[in-house]
Amino acid sequence: MELLVLLILTGLGFFVGRHLEQKHYASIKEREKKTLHIPMMNFGAKQDLPHAHEAQMFVGSVVVANDYFKTLSAALRNLVGGRVVAYESLVDRGRREALLRMKAEAMEWGASQIVNVRFETSNIGGQTGGGLAAVEIMAYGTAIR
Amino acid sequence: MNALDSHGLTLTTLEGVPGKEIVEHYGLVQGSTIRAKHVGKDIMAGFKNIVGGELKGYTELLQEARKESVERMVSQAQQLGANAVVNVRFATSSVAPGAAELFAYGTAVKVQ
Repeated sequence: MELLVLLILTGLGFFVGRHLEQKHYASIKEREKKTLHIPMMNFGAKQDLPHAHEAQMFVGSVVVANDYFKTLSAALRNLVGGRVVAYESLVDRGRREALLRMKAEAMEWGASQIVNVRFETSNIGGQTGGGLAAVEIMAYGTAIR
Repeated sequence: MNALDSHGLTLTTLEGVPGKEIVEHYGLVQGSTIRAKHVGKDIMAGFKNIVGGELKGYTELLQEARKESVERMVSQAQQLGANAVVNVRFATSSVAPGAAELFAYGTAVKVQ
């Protein structure tokens, strides 16, 4: 019985999770193309500040969770070590989503450029013993116009 | 949704404010808040964990908390008489099971 539940959850995670991920990736790629004309760059301390009239900080954040299949496959991967592909795509997706959200808001404000973008990643709900694996990813930067 | 309420202060992640000059430094200002998760949201998140994807409840919760930590940082800067906070950075940590700390810090300055 328990095995059956596990199998159903894994199957559900695999099929539905994969479908959702592909959908999400398609949406990310489309929005990335649309917002490509706003450059983003990071400056060093020795460079002059970019010329602009106004500056404002924007934040984009997202909390993404793993599906059941990925959690399981990552747990198996833990036994032998190596690349955990299941988690790589999760974090990549979250990071791009957070960046896009920040960009969308900055564009609404009328930004011509986004400078000094920083990322911050944190694990939330990891204390429950692997039951709930979710990461919070935020991107923040200064929009100028 | 993400708009940071800065009460007229300019916040940047740069060393200064573009187009303006820093006339006075007031030092580091910071703001932090610790939030715990909502039980209902936690259960919903548990379901969502089967198929993966975004946990909207958590995203909102953390955004709200972040806003508060920025507000605290801004009010500290205002007390000092600053009109901008430069080099703003964020940090997040889980201090206790189910609770997250959100921390914002930056340098309070006066610009002209």
